[in-house]
Amino acid sequence: MNAAPIKLKSREAPLLQVKGLKKHFAMSKPFLNRLLEGGEQQTVKAVDGLDLDIPRGQTLSLVGESGCGKSTVARLIMGLSSPSGGSILFDGADISRAPAGQPADIRRRMQMIFQDPYASLNPRWRVADIIAEPLRTYGMCASRQEQRREVDRLLEFVGLNAKDGDKFPHEFSGGQRQRISIARAISTKPEFLVCDEPTSALDVSVQAQILNLMREMQRELGLTYLFISHDLAVVNFMSDWIGVMYLGRLVEVSPAAELFANPQHPYTRLLLDTIPDLEMSKRDRQPAAGEVPNPINPPPGCHFRPRCALANERCRREAPVLRVYDGGVSASCHAVEEGRANEPITVQASAAQSLRAAV
Amino acid sequence: MALLEVENLKVEFPTRKGVLTAVDNVSFNVEQGEILGVVGESGAGKSMTGAAVIGLLEPPGRIGGGQIRLDGKRIDNLSPDEMRKIRGRHIGAIFQDPLTSLNPLFTVGEQLVETIRTHLPMSAADAKKRAIGWLAEVGIPAPDRRFDQYPHQFSGGMRQRVVIALALCAEPRLIIADEPTTALDVSVQAQIIALLKRVCRERNAAAILVTHDMGVIAETADRVAVMYAGRLAEIGPVAHVLQKPSHPYTAGLMGSIPRVGPRPKRLIQIEGSMPRLTDIPSGCAFNPRCPKVFAECHRIRPELRPVADGAAACLLYEGVTQ
Repeated sequence: MNAAPIKLKSREAPLLQVKGLKKHFAMSKPFLNRLLEGGEQQTVKAVDGLDLDIPRGQTLSLVGESGCGKSTVARLIMGLSSPSGGSILFDGADISRAPAGQPADIRRRMQMIFQDPYASLNPRWRVADIIAEPLRTYGMCASRQEQRREVDRLLEFVGLNAKDGDKFPHEFSGGQRQRISIARAISTKPEFLVCDEPTSALDVSVQAQILNLMREMQRELGLTYLFISHDLAVVNFMSDWIGVMYLGRLVEVSPAAELFANPQHPYTRLLLDTIPDLEMSKRDRQPAAGEVPNPINPPPGCHFRPRCALANERCRREAPVLRVYDGGVSASCHAVEEGRANEPITVQASAAQSLRAAV
Repeated sequence: MALLEVENLKVEFPTRKGVLTAVDNVSFNVEQGEILGVVGESGAGKSMTGAAVIGLLEPPGRIGGGQIRLDGKRIDNLSPDEMRKIRGRHIGAIFQDPLTSLNPLFTVGEQLVETIRTHLPMSAADAKKRAIGWLAEVGIPAPDRRFDQYPHQFSGGMRQRVVIALALCAEPRLIIADEPTTALDVSVQAQIIALLKRVCRERNAAAILVTHDMGVIAETADRVAVMYAGRLAEIGPVAHVLQKPSHPYTAGLMGSIPRVGPRPKRLIQIEGSMPRLTDIPSGCAFNPRCPKVFAECHRIRPELRPVADGAAACLLYEGVTQ
């Protein structure tokens, strides 16, 4: 896909630039089976030509339903799997072909927070060792004493007690474990954090604590985030920019406020319409029909066409590319380009405000 | 008389360290045709309450006290055989994961026909007709073809539709839905919620909707019960509980939900996390996290008291003052 690169309004060069990123997974039967039983070669295009710029000190969020490729993007950027095409530039250096952890001076500056705080901490290690592992890997502390002091400082920074370093992960609740993951991620003083659904395994009251902590960290440490979530309300709280993904492609990238106030792509509108409304109880809405199609065999042309009310013959024939519109908005949709998209839906914000005041 | 009356329900788990109380003295009613939401964080006892009502507590869990009455008749002390006759016929169940609630070795049609014929006197041909009717009812395209397919041939959302058809096909008057949309994508979630609401309304069936998602509650339920550490913190009409919560826990919970619209600098957060069942504090279970805590909260356990249109278990409403 030859999408026009997204231009984000920013004076300096973006910290992370992704160009034409692709990841295809082979899904075919083994060669011999294909030979004997027939059957085509099949690939899943998990990420299919993605362009992103993340400005320094800001948050770009990727949203989309399961299977849209958002977690694959995170893994590609972190070097946990290698791209089938395209490039990833971190602070100007191409890291897309480098193996995981290489080059060390760049990988130290980017870290990741995972979704499941139960699976991402080694249950046999003490918390202090878990947090110190990146420090040891990158040789950041001269002595064991210095390392322990640093671990204690990190534990207190994320709202835990320095004494907690001697405990094991099972002694902590989900929210506290996620704080440990965060302490580990910021131990190497990174500039860039990839957060893959960091709160979706947590209860709402704990989610609020973690989201608040992440916003504070961003202000204090000047971090740049790539934030991945399926929850648009969470994304609204965290992001400067929002990218909406559908079946491996970006369908819209906009400044967060603009995306909610003035969504362009029909899929973005669908997603916004699925946010349950806490104010209008017992509202009857017309839910969007259909489900995400099988990624092995996506519809030709625009992937969203079968569910789209605005689809026409051109949408069937030709895959749309991301185009830049006013206000930093980019969308890949023929209907938006031709001005066929109907009146934008607006989100009622006044009711939300009055409720917050009441609480 | 209410369709379902739950009175001082207690669910216990005997362990080596003593008996844990997962649901502690919970009372509520469900009226004919009403949707009651039960909301709470993980471990609050909301699923246990639903499982106790439908008689599906996993051993060693057991009902340790109180009564559950359906149409005035006690159902908490029935034998497993008697309970099996009630389940499906009078109380239907919908669970979180549609893949584990369907048998992968039988076609969807076979499972529907079996359920219908177990509970209703009907010939196989009539039952099949009815099953296909139900598949159409829950919005499955080409129901007569889908009737002969296996669960793996359905997508997640379609499977949950089949589960809803299974729960409703013997026309029960009460449905227990435990996190029915949690395993689904957001766009499919909205479809399933709309479907559940419509079939309940059309059949005048009541439902207990157990979920951690306040948005689902806001859109679906008539009344909502908020649980904390195995106890009822607050119960009342949805609009009231969500917009003018009486209990400090509900207020904190509502404030901690991120919303669409102008974003605040910070979300309201409740410090700490819910206590484990092994160390529930004395007095009010919420007292270590409560912003309005006072001395009596550590000593006296609050009872549910009528507040406005609902009821809340909080000493602020018991005339106990600082």
